[in-house]
Amino acid sequence: MSVAEWAALAGLGAFHGLNPGMGWLFAVALALQDRSRAALARALPAIAVGHAASVGIAAAVVTVSGSLLASRVVAVGGGLLLVAFGLWRLLSQRHFRWAGMRLSALQLTGWSFLMSSVHGAGLMLLPVLLSQPGGHPHAGHHHAPGGAEMSATATGITDALLHAGTATVVHTVAMTATAGAVALLVYQVLGLRFLRTAWVNLDLVWAIALIGAGAATVLLS
Amino acid sequence: MAVWKPDPTFYPSPRDAVSAPPEKLAYVAAFDRAGTRPDAIAVVDTDPESGDYGRVVGWTELPHLGDELHHFGWNACSSALCPYAPHPHVERRYLIVPGLRSSRIYVLDTKDDPKAPRVVKVLEPEELGKRAGYSRPHTVHCGPEGIYLSALGGADGEDGPGGVALLDHTSFEVLGRWEVDRGPQYLAYDFWWHLGHDTLVTSEWGTPSMIEDGLNGELLLGRQYGHRLHFWDLRRRRHLQAVDLGDRYQMPLELRPAHDPTKAYGFVGVVVDVETLAASVWVWHRDGEQWAVTKVIEIPAEPATADDLPPLLRPFGAVPPLVTDIDLSVDDRFLYVSCWGTGELRQYDVSDPFNPRLTGSVRLGGVVRRAAHPAAPDVRLAGGPQMVEVSRDGRRVYVTNSLYGSWDDQFYPDGVGAWLAKLDVDPSQGGLRLDERFFPHGEEFRGRRVHQTRLQGGDASSDSYCYP
Repeated sequence: MSVAEWAALAGLGAFHGLNPGMGWLFAVALALQDRSRAALARALPAIAVGHAASVGIAAAVVTVSGSLLASRVVAVGGGLLLVAFGLWRLLSQRHFRWAGMRLSALQLTGWSFLMSSVHGAGLMLLPVLLSQPGGHPHAGHHHAPGGAEMSATATGITDALLHAGTATVVHTVAMTATAGAVALLVYQVLGLRFLRTAWVNLDLVWAIALIGAGAATVLLS
Repeated sequence: MAVWKPDPTFYPSPRDAVSAPPEKLAYVAAFDRAGTRPDAIAVVDTDPESGDYGRVVGWTELPHLGDELHHFGWNACSSALCPYAPHPHVERRYLIVPGLRSSRIYVLDTKDDPKAPRVVKVLEPEELGKRAGYSRPHTVHCGPEGIYLSALGGADGEDGPGGVALLDHTSFEVLGRWEVDRGPQYLAYDFWWHLGHDTLVTSEWGTPSMIEDGLNGELLLGRQYGHRLHFWDLRRRRHLQAVDLGDRYQMPLELRPAHDPTKAYGFVGVVVDVETLAASVWVWHRDGEQWAVTKVIEIPAEPATADDLPPLLRPFGAVPPLVTDIDLSVDDRFLYVSCWGTGELRQYDVSDPFNPRLTGSVRLGGVVRRAAHPAAPDVRLAGGPQMVEVSRDGRRVYVTNSLYGSWDDQFYPDGVGAWLAKLDVDPSQGGLRLDERFFPHGEEFRGRRVHQTRLQGGDASSDSYCYP
């Protein structure tokens, strides 16, 4: 991965981590409920794993299809999907009706996974994952002749999954570090009143970012 | 449509909500007992600086007749800040106003002109029946995931069971019945929750046939009205436990859980003990893994001569206090208790919920006493303090005087009238004092009876919080 790609993935991670709806607020609530900073620390891994699973699946699908299909098709298709998803986010107002305050670590992971998925957290990485020259790291493998093609494809898939895995780890580490820092800051210093003034509608920002990312992917492909 | 910043009337915790600015307006449900004129939402000026202070400054009539407005509530509130379903950019602007008799539900928009709320949606009774299987909608609470609405009766002419329906908080459509497994629950009335403990609590009154024609003495003495509380898993929507108060304690009505989400206790008012006519307040609490209830307040009946009593009460020679509503201040410190029969509003310090301490009392109306308001000392008041609403800062308390059309007629056969009183409180010491500048009554309400008050921006019984 290029430095620019690393930076972009980490930057998106920080953006996701800043969003109260992605988990830091939940960590603060659990800490307040238990009156213990340890509860905050306990919540973060579950939130991180859920987010990583959601982002990882999307990244794998994008990179693998990018390594198998003409990248232009993936880029245009993916871009259009992003725009549609962003519009849906902009207009949709659904909330989970199964979640509550007392979730086990597994349930919190599930909540984080669903929250990230319905927000299209993984899809937001699409422009970065498709940004490399040729659209994916191993475009050349497609031109390998005869029997070598199969193994080349297998190598392509392995490489793509490795790429997706690395991207997911980089993204999630940045996301969790940011979420953890904000949660700690709010819990220890700022207090929840901070939410009343500082909680801008990130869902709107998010939806617009998705649409923008989708449009950019289509235009640049 | 979503807004950029959180609705300024949302507060993460009850501690923060106490610092909310005073309300400038109050919304009051007003209904026509005869059903020949439309019910209305009356808008009352509560700004002491205003020239119209204590007067009805707005009046929104509903498009149908005979609804009998009862309890209503906001589409969204502080629970929108909850971490598991955060959506703080919806607005608290719509009043969800059910008709208890008609089963119709109105949605009123208060944003464009707060003094003249506009009807923007009408849900016909068939909607509630078809989608949720309920009728006689009663209490509205805004939850993290939508609007919850309790209902007393079943659909398609069925008397019961009553239960809770879910409404979407932006489209206001009825999404369906809330209960997945209702266990032994059949009678419904009030409901509220401990968000921090994923627990919902419901209380019991009676089915439509048990209440609509008035209090049925035979059913009451036969101990047939509700006398249990039900505890539910709020997430899985399953019945967990029924707690019986004992069948002599008829009608546990209003539920007031502690606002602090780390706490797992709350208060319920019981209308009447059929053996003594006393009223009582109970606290529910954890007892190991189970829930339990303990009686913490008992208010005795007051002896009276038969001539002063309505026919229903003559055989007893006493006035029952009839605790029909209670309200808990947002800081969980003071509990207000309405004695609609004897005409008294009591204030208890419930800092220790198991040992309430009486800190204030005001007399207004009452079956026998007919205590007057200092603003109109010559008017013998009928009805008594009934629905109580406490401002978020805990400094002001509002009471209306009508209970329920047919029940009003039994206890106050010469007419219940209509009045809204305001009391001032010193939240540090307690104590109650009637505000002599604030007493809309009689023709101010255009011949309607007044049932419940909601304060602009929220009040002690409209918001719930996920953070301590």
